[in-house]
Amino acid sequence: MRTLEQTTQEVLDLAAKHFQLPAGSLAPADDFFKKLGIDSLQTLEMLSRIENHFGIELPDYEVQGVSDFRTLAERIQSRL
Amino acid sequence: MLDLSKYQSIGQALKDALDQFANEVCLIEADRERENERLTYCDFKERAHPLARGLQDAGFAAGDRASIIMTNQCKWLISAYAIFFAGGTLVPLDYKLTPDEQWQLLKHSGASVLITEYPIWRQLSTSAGRAAATSVRTILVTEAPANVELSGARRWEEFRGAGEPIFVSRARKDTACIVYSSGTGGRPKGCMMTHENYLEQCVALTSLYPFWPGVRYLSILPTNHAIDFMVGFFGPFTCGAAVVHLRTLRPEYVREAFPKYKITYVSLVPLVLKNLQKGLQVRFDGLSPAKRKIFNALVAINKALTKSRPRPGISRLLLSQVHEAFGGELRAIIVGGAFTEPRTLQFFYDLGIPVANGYGLTEAGTAITVNDLKPFRADTVGKPLPGMEVRIVNPAADGVGEVSVRSKTVMAGYLGDPELTAETIVDGWLMTGDLGRFDETGHLLLSGRKKNMIVTEEGKNIYPEDVETVFESLPVKEFCVFAANYIWPKRSMTGEKLVLVIHLERGQQYNEELRQDINACNNRLLNYKRIHGVVVLDEDFPRTASLKIKRNVLAERLASLDSASAILHL
Repeated sequence: MRTLEQTTQEVLDLAAKHFQLPAGSLAPADDFFKKLGIDSLQTLEMLSRIENHFGIELPDYEVQGVSDFRTLAERIQSRL
Repeated sequence: MLDLSKYQSIGQALKDALDQFANEVCLIEADRERENERLTYCDFKERAHPLARGLQDAGFAAGDRASIIMTNQCKWLISAYAIFFAGGTLVPLDYKLTPDEQWQLLKHSGASVLITEYPIWRQLSTSAGRAAATSVRTILVTEAPANVELSGARRWEEFRGAGEPIFVSRARKDTACIVYSSGTGGRPKGCMMTHENYLEQCVALTSLYPFWPGVRYLSILPTNHAIDFMVGFFGPFTCGAAVVHLRTLRPEYVREAFPKYKITYVSLVPLVLKNLQKGLQVRFDGLSPAKRKIFNALVAINKALTKSRPRPGISRLLLSQVHEAFGGELRAIIVGGAFTEPRTLQFFYDLGIPVANGYGLTEAGTAITVNDLKPFRADTVGKPLPGMEVRIVNPAADGVGEVSVRSKTVMAGYLGDPELTAETIVDGWLMTGDLGRFDETGHLLLSGRKKNMIVTEEGKNIYPEDVETVFESLPVKEFCVFAANYIWPKRSMTGEKLVLVIHLERGQQYNEELRQDINACNNRLLNYKRIHGVVVLDEDFPRTASLKIKRNVLAERLASLDSASAILHL
């Protein structure tokens, strides 16, 4: 079982890879809309990648209103 | 289609539709690869009637208000029908609002019933705002897990009355829905839409974009939104068509839905349409030079053959691969909620996929103008719908003035706000606050806004007053939020931004610490509501005797500044 820290780090790595950013350039508290300059649709695409990686389903309502990596990792952790 | 001129209310028309089209499929609900539901009109009636009876047994009567806060799904429409059947007024609320905002609007609407989903109720039930909405007496929650405590709510699935419900008739001028066009932060704008508004709008829209049994509409825009309520519920149901709901709105599942369910129509906001365009463009760019050449030639032939009107058969034949990706049955994409760039519209039309581009606002009963495709014009928002009188008030030399509308589809007024109603509906004409002009062929061209608001590409209306509360903790003398376009008018309907105007304390500097404070406040807003820049004004804001900021006077003062140098970016 992953710890929350491990999950958070994996989310950050996946997001960096998905948006072709250098590893380590994202932080847990980052607002992904601002930091990545992405819109809600691009966020949904990133979520699909994250779901595949963790082998879980994140219902839309679970991620509604979430805009930082830490909260996103918490929502993922609760479904692992 | 039912002859809607014969009907008095939404409930009466839907009631007949359920009988007339009993064996047709009316709803399909999918979640990822799974299909959750497939209901005929007869099944729909069997689900809705016990709920209507349950509501009546709980004392719900004519004119009582019931709110729905749900994502798009079968139970949204079943609940709405049960409310109309029992003679109620529907208050559809945006599920994306915060729980406090939802309680605030519930309180304002006076709703006695709330129907919602378990994940939403989990948030709502623990929100401090609940205490204020004392009118809400019956709360029904769908899909609640077994054995969870529902904090005073009841399970939707178990809330059933015994025996047949009694149909309660309503008059055309009675309020059918209270639809909030904005106002979560300050002055709620609850548009009182009458049964007549919907009946008339439905006749006008379906005269241009008809539904019939076998048509499948993909419902993506939230059903609380005026567009989806009309073309994703009332319109298709009164014509015997089917509505497809997706519980997961990831781009890949939306794409798969088109061929899987042979979609005929879909409504999108400009942001999603642009995303579709981007995806297609990437695929076209990836073609080998030889294939690209053939493809470009086919597009050119299609353009020539569809110049005067769409020819779906020919377009599907010429550009079969593109059309197959959309299921091969798509007749039009309806785009609304915000302004769409002409080049995006043209991109799709050139592929043989007409985009039903139009212009409207909730207060006008959804659409005012729609492109009739005779011929397609990407540069305009179309011609007024049948039954719409549209005029330009106080036009300047170039013909541009405020767009105003008179029609049976215009709302009765704002709930509990006769002052705002009188400002908005003048001598029977709805003043839209949007600027535009007609061209010589009768097409409306929009060119900016007169009102202090912005509309995002996702179709969200943002009023500055609604976001100001989050900045209340800022250590400045006074502040105010404006739409930049309102202060420095720009002849454009896209790229609109909000700016925060601050007046510092004596001796205070706009420094890094203050910038960070502003950013911290800004981050508490949902991303589409955030401000994009700051204007520092070194003078007292003009105020009324009751100390309210005179926004129009302040805006005039700010207009004298050069926007490029005045706006400090965050």
